[in-house]
Amino acid sequence: MNSGTWTRIDQLARKLAPFVTTVLLVVLSCLPISVPGMGSIAPAIALMAVFYWTIQRPELLPPIAVFAIGFIQDALSGEVLGLSSFVFLLVHAIVVGQRRFFLGKSFLLTWWGFTVVAAGAEFVLWVLASLVALHLIDPEPVLMQTVLTIALFPCVSWLLVRVHRAFLASADA
Amino acid sequence: MAQRPGPVLRIATPIRALAQRFAFLMLLAGAIGLVVLGKIDTLLVERVRVHVADAFTPILGALSEPLRTAESMVEELRDLGRLRAENDLLREQNERLLRWQTVARKLESENRELRELLNFKSGRIPNQVTARVIADSGGAFVRSVLVDAGARDGVEKGLAAVTGLGLVGRVIEVGRRSARILLVTDLNSRIPVVLAGSGQRAVLAGDNSDRPRLLYLPADLNILAGERVVTSGHGGVFPPGLPVGMIARVGQGEVRVEPLIGWSELDIVRLIDFRQPIDELAGPPVLDLDPGR
Repeated sequence: MNSGTWTRIDQLARKLAPFVTTVLLVVLSCLPISVPGMGSIAPAIALMAVFYWTIQRPELLPPIAVFAIGFIQDALSGEVLGLSSFVFLLVHAIVVGQRRFFLGKSFLLTWWGFTVVAAGAEFVLWVLASLVALHLIDPEPVLMQTVLTIALFPCVSWLLVRVHRAFLASADA
Repeated sequence: MAQRPGPVLRIATPIRALAQRFAFLMLLAGAIGLVVLGKIDTLLVERVRVHVADAFTPILGALSEPLRTAESMVEELRDLGRLRAENDLLREQNERLLRWQTVARKLESENRELRELLNFKSGRIPNQVTARVIADSGGAFVRSVLVDAGARDGVEKGLAAVTGLGLVGRVIEVGRRSARILLVTDLNSRIPVVLAGSGQRAVLAGDNSDRPRLLYLPADLNILAGERVVTSGHGGVFPPGLPVGMIARVGQGEVRVEPLIGWSELDIVRLIDFRQPIDELAGPPVLDLDPGR
């Protein structure tokens, strides 16, 4: 009985792994990291995590969790509240629809898929942010951010694969 | 997941899918609703954001500590490499500064004498709080930072954020233990400034790039790159004479200013209340950046 409760708690903790790691990455991406020459542009790490978990374990990252991740991202980074939630939800919906295309394929293909998704997501963000600001936002930093996000995707994926194996390997089998 | 779908599951699955789709659409609408709400009721959304930021402040503060240590270690290693060259430079600079010190001492005593002569009362010492930057938006759409001091430390909305180099921005949101600073480079930042050389007034407008623009300059004005830009004190948020940046580029009807703050090294900021009460506006505001007092 007692061990059953513990097993259930353990399972719940494992099931929360996608959400918790993504929130953790959101917090990490907000830390003031100074990389000389990089300026103040940071990659959209949360987008990578949403993309990764949506492909691998969409049932553990339901839309409400995606919404919450976007909400925390906006609240911490000071961006317009709701924008990231909206874009993450769109990414989630599109990737769920194309999941079979990515599952079990080579990493290069996944990376290519992420390139398309990230470029689209940043473009939508840029259009929406410009609309909200009633001013055409300088596209250069947005472009920089997109390139950086795509370039760093392999690193973050590697990390997420480790987390995935550590917490959810038994559940995957 | 189920091996053999029974009749219940066969009916339940499409219903569940429908419910999920509905929930998804509701969330999407909710996100758009939040954006619109942020436009209509700024205060409410601001309060929500401040609460979330407050909740994450201890985590951000704790996480940024080892990061800072690692950064300073890298910095130290790099410093070791250029120790000799730096030494020479510093020796030369020291010599020059010593000469300036003599000048400053002379001016200080002269100033004191003149003040005594005029019976001049120096103004109030502005309320100030020192805070650490714990989060940097790093986004392409906003330029703001979160600091680890809030209402409980005496931070208020509208305080000016400065470092030893000059103006960083101003406080726009205040939580209990955190506050958000809008940087001078943000799209929404407008600061009345004056060109130190010509005395020409302008408005420094951020556009999310690293170099904000100068607005409302006369077309025929001859501006040289390198000219200092300081706050003009109009509007009452910032005192006059606070250094902001240098003219970086002049061209195509556009003048860009290079801020004095190195954005990647932004670590400790001082939040200072320069807002003068109406009755004190008559006297010259006192610019006292010395934390010792």
